[in-house]
Amino acid sequence: MTRTAVLKNLRILDPSRNLDEKGSIVIENGRIAAIGASAQNQGAPEGAEVVDGRGMIAAPGLVDARVFVGEPGAEHRETIESASRAAAAGGVTTFITMPDTDPVIDDIALVEFVLKNARDKAIVNIHPAAALTKGLAGEEMTEFGLLQAAGAVAFTNGRNPMHNAQVLRRAMTYAREFGSVISLETRDKYLGAGGVMNEGLLASWLGLSGSPREAELIPLERDLRIAGLTRGKYHAAQISVPESAEAVKIARERGANVTCGASINHLTLNENDIGEYRTFFKLSPPLRSEDDRKAMVDALARGEIDIIVSSHDPQDVDTKRLPFADAADGAIGLETMLAAALRLHHSGEVPLIRLIDALSTRPAKIFGLDAGTLAPGARADIVLIDPDEPWLATKDTFVSRSKNTPFEDARFTGRAVSTYVAGERVHSLG
Amino acid sequence: MHFFPHRHLLGIKGLTEQDITLLLDRADEAVKISRQREKKTSTLRGLTQINLFFEASTRTQSSFELAGKRLGADVMNMSVGNSSVKKGETLIDTAMTLNAMHPDVLVVRHSSAGAAALLAQKVSCSVVNAGDGQHEHPTQALLDALTIRRAKGKLSRIIVAICGDVLHSRVARSNILLLNAMGARVRVVAPATLLPSGIADMGAEVYHSMEEGLKDADVVMMLRLQRERMSGAFVPSVREYFHYYGLDAEKLKAAKEDALVMHPGPMNRGVEIASEIADGPQSVIEQQVEMGVAVRMAVMETLLVSQNQGGRA
Repeated sequence: MTRTAVLKNLRILDPSRNLDEKGSIVIENGRIAAIGASAQNQGAPEGAEVVDGRGMIAAPGLVDARVFVGEPGAEHRETIESASRAAAAGGVTTFITMPDTDPVIDDIALVEFVLKNARDKAIVNIHPAAALTKGLAGEEMTEFGLLQAAGAVAFTNGRNPMHNAQVLRRAMTYAREFGSVISLETRDKYLGAGGVMNEGLLASWLGLSGSPREAELIPLERDLRIAGLTRGKYHAAQISVPESAEAVKIARERGANVTCGASINHLTLNENDIGEYRTFFKLSPPLRSEDDRKAMVDALARGEIDIIVSSHDPQDVDTKRLPFADAADGAIGLETMLAAALRLHHSGEVPLIRLIDALSTRPAKIFGLDAGTLAPGARADIVLIDPDEPWLATKDTFVSRSKNTPFEDARFTGRAVSTYVAGERVHSLG
Repeated sequence: MHFFPHRHLLGIKGLTEQDITLLLDRADEAVKISRQREKKTSTLRGLTQINLFFEASTRTQSSFELAGKRLGADVMNMSVGNSSVKKGETLIDTAMTLNAMHPDVLVVRHSSAGAAALLAQKVSCSVVNAGDGQHEHPTQALLDALTIRRAKGKLSRIIVAICGDVLHSRVARSNILLLNAMGARVRVVAPATLLPSGIADMGAEVYHSMEEGLKDADVVMMLRLQRERMSGAFVPSVREYFHYYGLDAEKLKAAKEDALVMHPGPMNRGVEIASEIADGPQSVIEQQVEMGVAVRMAVMETLLVSQNQGGRA
């Protein structure tokens, strides 16, 4: 649809150009025709829809690099379509799906399946990450070249860490030819195996087996060495302790092409939230201590943690309403990622422009996506944020098919008021 | 008189010194009943107690059964330990089914920590935790406390050394909580591989030598070490474990002359405790079994009778 709209009286935050100024955005044919203070007094073209955005922040639509959907295989938890609506409600205009479905996305036909469903049913941009190894089994590499040509934007082993260093080395060496990003979560196969929460006093009192930070850190340091050895692009998908950010920083200083992300949960929650066995807080990696969380936030503010992901992982009562150790890991997050991230802005811990960078511009850059910018000519993927609106995240307000949120009944300040994808408004409050 | 403010007994955590004292005082009364020729009372007549054991435990289950019967309750045993259904599903599903039968108290044993608490959220009767994973086993700690109090006359300022596999022990966790609440001094004695992370902040002094850990102790509480943990996984061998941590006459000398020797059972003779000690004059292991029934009578009477009174008020 070709339409013209003018969003005016906005505070425009565009980390891609380090821009923070008052002004307007003119949208034409799904693209940004003009933006900024200079566009403010241009006047609206004939027939244009005019939106007064007084008090609002305009930012590039958020880019979430780690989203689990239930399609194919577990559509009762989440479909591509329902996830896209949850994304729009949270200001996310682009996300990357994880290949941990049934069947696993390790074949061209399955990449095409995801893209076709996304094209036909989704209201935001969706890009699949394909499996790094066949069936996510960690043994045989997939067809990186062909999968990438079909539209896969990254390769990952999803929830499964890579245990075999030799397989990883070959995969990274081979993938380098195609410039592919390899995104992995690290968890030692033996150290802390069976651990269901952060190792420490709290786990000891609850009688739950703990997972030490070293279980994440040791294989991460190994992977970073392999990244240096192969000169491939490596992304640590979800770190949970500041020592991991430190390790990535050191590897980067050695010249390795490495980046890292953290889930919003690990930046805003800690192990104490588990209380008396609340399974919605059971995550992998586990929530860590408050000291860890604070240090992670500092690393995010310094840009050492590159990006924030939701790690949106829909689970239902069958997998969550169990004794803690038996319950599945994971929490939904598409709808609350922005609001939770704004807590870090309101607390003064992370500047707003760095948050938007970590939520949009940097992930777009790392995964080579056409997103994360409000530059003239860019596709008009925009989120309008009211940074000060107080709201309560009650269960019935969630769009996602699954309700396993750690933020049930949480009080937030600030949220996505409108979301635009290619100039179309796909979400609007009230 | 102190009013017991809890509907369930899920753990020692959350109980005050007064709560514990009330339960122990009532248990003392229950001991008298159990020693009479006529052992049955009508305190819980007409009430239904269901023992729901997802893990087999003949001893604990019989103890609860006897306690209920002596109070006049109708007792039903459900052993679901051998069910092929996935554990978690059985827990919730079974709970809902049982709840529909209107029991007054559910006694639950489960292999997962937090199982009793989860169940308590889903049913409308009182729940007694008879052991949940490595979390808590409150009635064991209460019966241990009753045994000690009857022998020593008090719990405050006595030194209790808990020895062995603290890491995997719900008995140890409940005992550490209870003894601290009552003002006792708690020590743990074990190889570092059998101690939980953060143990030094759990209210216990940490020792790795029996000689030092037992010095001047009033009570030596031995814990069971499971067979699969004995050969290389947590300790190198039974022989080495017994050499350093098994309770024998030589090691017991470090404790006070009249120190009590306790064990929650079932014992591995020759692994954590020598037979001569288990059957020796300082052993109160048999008394522990007797106190078990009394404590469980006191717990159920307290939960059910005070609950009923609350309902009438």
